[in-house]
Amino acid sequence: MPVTIEKVPGAEDQVILSMGPQHPSTHGVLRLVLELEGETVIRALVDIGYLHTGFEKSYERLTYSQGITLTDRMDYLAPLSNNLGFCLAVEKLLDLEIPARAQWIRVLLTELTRIQSHLVWLGTHAIDLGAMTVFLYCFREREEILNIFEAVAGQRMMTSYFRIGGLALEPPLGWLKRVESFAKRFPARIDEYEGLLTRNPIWLSRTKDVGKISLEDAIAYGLSGPSLRGSGSDWDLRKKQPYSSYEKFDFDVVSRTEGDVYARYQVRVAEMRQSLRIVNQAMEGLPEGPIKADAPHIVLPDRESMKTSIEGLIYHFKLVTEGFHPPVGEVYQAVESPRGELGYYMVSDGSPRPFRCHVRAPSFANLQALPKLIEGRLIADVVACIGTIDIVLGEVDR
Amino acid sequence: MPHDVEANLALQKLRQAFPEAIEEAQLFRDEVTIYIAAPHFLRVAEFLRDDPALQFSFLADVTALDRYPQEPRFELVYQLLSMTANQRLRLKVRLSGDEPRFPSVVSLWPSANLFECEVFDLFGVVFEGHPFLRRLLMPEKWEGHPLRKDYPTEGYR
Repeated sequence: MPVTIEKVPGAEDQVILSMGPQHPSTHGVLRLVLELEGETVIRALVDIGYLHTGFEKSYERLTYSQGITLTDRMDYLAPLSNNLGFCLAVEKLLDLEIPARAQWIRVLLTELTRIQSHLVWLGTHAIDLGAMTVFLYCFREREEILNIFEAVAGQRMMTSYFRIGGLALEPPLGWLKRVESFAKRFPARIDEYEGLLTRNPIWLSRTKDVGKISLEDAIAYGLSGPSLRGSGSDWDLRKKQPYSSYEKFDFDVVSRTEGDVYARYQVRVAEMRQSLRIVNQAMEGLPEGPIKADAPHIVLPDRESMKTSIEGLIYHFKLVTEGFHPPVGEVYQAVESPRGELGYYMVSDGSPRPFRCHVRAPSFANLQALPKLIEGRLIADVVACIGTIDIVLGEVDR
Repeated sequence: MPHDVEANLALQKLRQAFPEAIEEAQLFRDEVTIYIAAPHFLRVAEFLRDDPALQFSFLADVTALDRYPQEPRFELVYQLLSMTANQRLRLKVRLSGDEPRFPSVVSLWPSANLFECEVFDLFGVVFEGHPFLRRLLMPEKWEGHPLRKDYPTEGYR
């Protein structure tokens, strides 16, 4: 919290500028302290913590199932990716097998989440650089995805739809039709965005060769996700360390070697197309079967059995009042969130509450590279660079 | 997947190069955790980063655990990732609860910068040699370190 750069006595050209936390292009409450010489940034310091909510402390008081609700509120643009990471971590701790149907629905919805999150990124990134129309277009399509989430989970943003052992509910009848109709129209929409930006000279001059970072630096500074793949890496956890049956889907990892803002733009736009491929495959091959694991001591029984059978009632009572006891141990489960490696480090002491649940937030790590991107560049490029690493401050501050 | 922790390549190499540094090695759910003796940590970390067969060049995460009231109270947790070998490794160090201090790894992995600030802020572990250690999430003049186990979750302090 509040940091400053000391003024050098006598240096009259030196200007210290505090950018944020209310600056609209900082995508939340990020504050940067910039040391300027003219319009050139000499040094930059990142100041965060304005949104610190103590989630990690709160986890220690909640049962594992209750903890899911907090995950939505961290990266509020990709709630389902967060749900997934948390559930997978607990399931790994429990060594719990999830039915195929639940896994596929999870994949389908997290890919929709990726598209949705990239749409917000594209819209806000473009509006930061002066392209108003793209913003409106992106939010139009995002709304459709949020409507699908609402149909499935009852919530647009704070979904908490994935549960430990599977899903909260069977999705409603006809939901696949909505996904299908979206998936049919969406490729043309991506062409529309690309038509507005990809060869637009203003866009090119604002993004090409801006915010360059080499692959070595990107790895050293802990960049992950599209920000890393823009620098020439093909590291994607969905391919390299598959989870939730991602190995069964056919998609390409997009990567660019230039390492500038434009490369990262291309990566994310192409990723939306790849996500759509996965969504289509998931719809086609969606297996039938249960959506919850057969583990009555962990998964809540359905209402019917809770009301009509004594076992159901007992399990329900025990799970709601006490929770379940995972074995003593610790796991680290990483998923490829729209922003990069989202890791949940979960330590169990055998009690129904986590001993410690730490979140490796991709935005938090990606933010470290920001000073590297902007030092030596103009103030106007700062805005482009904040957009390009795609941070969500809810996740940075937790 | 090997079910014996000794089959892990990184552990074998460490046993050869720094036999005195390894306190304990565990395997749980196919994840390897190695406890390193604090005085050897920096050398071990550098070795893991630079060894051509291992190349743990990506430090994914640094965090801590508070085992209060046990002693040694703190555990620092480093999550390493080798993109070339597609391997993960967790290093741990035990620290005493009395004025915990530990050398910073920012010189090895610049990505440790904010992670170490966070651990300092929330656990009160001081990282020596860190370029700019500060309260990151809590207000500057905050008293106490919220993620410690003796820090209450509600009410007045």
